[in-house]
Amino acid sequence: MALTEAATKPVTQRGDRIFSGLSLSAGLLILALLASVAIFLTIEAIPGVTASPEDAKNLDGGNFWQYVWPLVYGTLFASIIALIIATPLAISVALFISHYASRRLGQAIGYLIDLLAAVPSVVFGLWGIAYLAGELAPLYKWLTINLGWIPFFNTTPAGTSYALSATGRTILTAGIVLAIMVVPIITAICREIFIQTPRLHQEAALALGATRWEMIRMTVFPYARSGIIGATMLGLGRALGETMAVAMVLSASGVVSVRLLSSTNPSTIPANIALGIKEGSGLNINILIASGLVLFVITFVVNFAARAVVNRRKEFSGAN
Amino acid sequence: MSIQAPPRPAAPPLSNSNSNSLTANQLPLWAPKATVAGAIVLVAGLHFVIGMGLVGAVLIGWLAAIVALPLWSLLVEGSRKATDRLAGVLIASAFALALIPLVSIVWKVLDEGASALSAEFFTFSMRNVLGDGGGIYHALVGTLLITFGASVISIPIGLFTSIYLVEYGQDNRLARWITFLVDVMTGIPSIVAGLFAYALFAVFFGPGVRMGLGGSVALSVLMIPVVVRSCEEMIKLVPNELREASYALGVPKWRTILKIVLPTALAGIVTGVTLAIARVIGETAPLLLIAGSTASVNFNMFGGRMQTLPVFAFSQQSSPGAFPDAALERAWGAALVLMLIVMVLNLIARIISFLFSPKGE
Repeated sequence: MALTEAATKPVTQRGDRIFSGLSLSAGLLILALLASVAIFLTIEAIPGVTASPEDAKNLDGGNFWQYVWPLVYGTLFASIIALIIATPLAISVALFISHYASRRLGQAIGYLIDLLAAVPSVVFGLWGIAYLAGELAPLYKWLTINLGWIPFFNTTPAGTSYALSATGRTILTAGIVLAIMVVPIITAICREIFIQTPRLHQEAALALGATRWEMIRMTVFPYARSGIIGATMLGLGRALGETMAVAMVLSASGVVSVRLLSSTNPSTIPANIALGIKEGSGLNINILIASGLVLFVITFVVNFAARAVVNRRKEFSGAN
Repeated sequence: MSIQAPPRPAAPPLSNSNSNSLTANQLPLWAPKATVAGAIVLVAGLHFVIGMGLVGAVLIGWLAAIVALPLWSLLVEGSRKATDRLAGVLIASAFALALIPLVSIVWKVLDEGASALSAEFFTFSMRNVLGDGGGIYHALVGTLLITFGASVISIPIGLFTSIYLVEYGQDNRLARWITFLVDVMTGIPSIVAGLFAYALFAVFFGPGVRMGLGGSVALSVLMIPVVVRSCEEMIKLVPNELREASYALGVPKWRTILKIVLPTALAGIVTGVTLAIARVIGETAPLLLIAGSTASVNFNMFGGRMQTLPVFAFSQQSSPGAFPDAALERAWGAALVLMLIVMVLNLIARIISFLFSPKGE
């Protein structure tokens, strides 16, 4: 059937042209979409960046950069807390799957971790505020009493501005929830890379009498180093942009501070947008969009760099 | 580990009671299990006999285990083996630690959400509801419509792009750029996608616009890269021999793709699309911005606010009104329904890929 239709030459050529044209335009449409994300955000952001303090009450007397700086700080701070918790955990879980568990058990665990990645962020937020924060509050009290001499755990007496949070809704809680959310991402990528470690390297190490841990340190980690860095940066990208979990868990007031346990916490860009858009109007919305553009630029750079690192690894891994 | 040396008649007498020279200076195979069992006994003792809190007891039991096994190993096997044992214990406990939140979330959502589910919960909206009662009907309608809209936009674009990348692009410069930018697009924060949709619609409809279609556009930005990636992987898996056999019969390229490549990859494509839907159906932030929140049912994608399940859960929790207990219960109920939808979609995807993937030959 296909043969007879193919024999009528002009029709098939037109079909081919249409089909390849459709495919090409779909590809170009994606590029256009990415460009238009940048363009439309910029169009709506410009009035926000140039807004004068008299026109927009959100700015609180300063200019746009003074407004956005504490938010950038809070975003980075929460994400870095999340990464400090998540990276060792994710690498360990990935190692457990790839080098410790049996193949069948490893697959089952991998499925469980993927399940964790599928949980919607609003569920994480609900769990964080209605359960986790309350559970962590006594621990925070213990930390600040016993380790209060460390600046991170320091809180001032009750009633003053950096008092211990009674609800547990601190930046550390937000960081922990973020960590739980990025663990599946980092684990998935690390697992893939660990599994690809050349078998001969591993067996050679074992044959020379290395223990399993020495084998992992001598063959798996050097091979996977750039992959681990890339995976961590992708996790960072996710943590930077995560909105709802932070918006729900964190009790924010937009300060710049390193205190992890106080009731006065830095806010993050996405949480600030999500919470501000409801009451916002006019120029305030433009300011929020401008802060979103700042976030877009930060995550774009992080993801760009991460992909470049991961892709570079792809090239020389073929040489093994 | 379990190598058994052949018995040697002339084995020299060792100081160790173990007479086998190959297994001398080694912990018995049951050592890790014995340590874990000892730790469990310790935890049970602390918790039930002394009456310590469960968290503290588990923490002490765990500390005892990670000290005891390497120490035992250090005394018998030497420092290298002890380091190995320590690393093993730490990695296993990291894995256990990572499972705790998963179990806790699932248990908590089931526990708190199950009591909210009722016939009324699924068939009523929140219109004129103040205290108990009310439901998620309007949110279900919104979620289904907006996700459907996003799928209608994303699936053709994503599928055709992946066809271009595999069949037409042939790794040229444009194809490489598209692949790279699609990868980068996967990392766009969901709130930025929402802001994009908001900015786009604000330019055309004026500021303060809220409509369901905007939600679909925002979700498409998040969904397209996922669809492209999974479809590309699946189309790549189709053996070249099938394409060449088709060309050899004189079938033009587009019909080869349509009749040979796509049907072969269909199961994988459907699986990938289902997973992409599962990923965006739980998105909250973009819908909060552009679709807004309302108490009433709205079937019109092109006008007015539209409630969705994730936004419903968020708004019930964050602005509970005069009856916070009832609102929080509804939030947990909505979270449970949302989780169930995501899990069912994941399950469907796995079943499809299991049933329809090409087998053998």
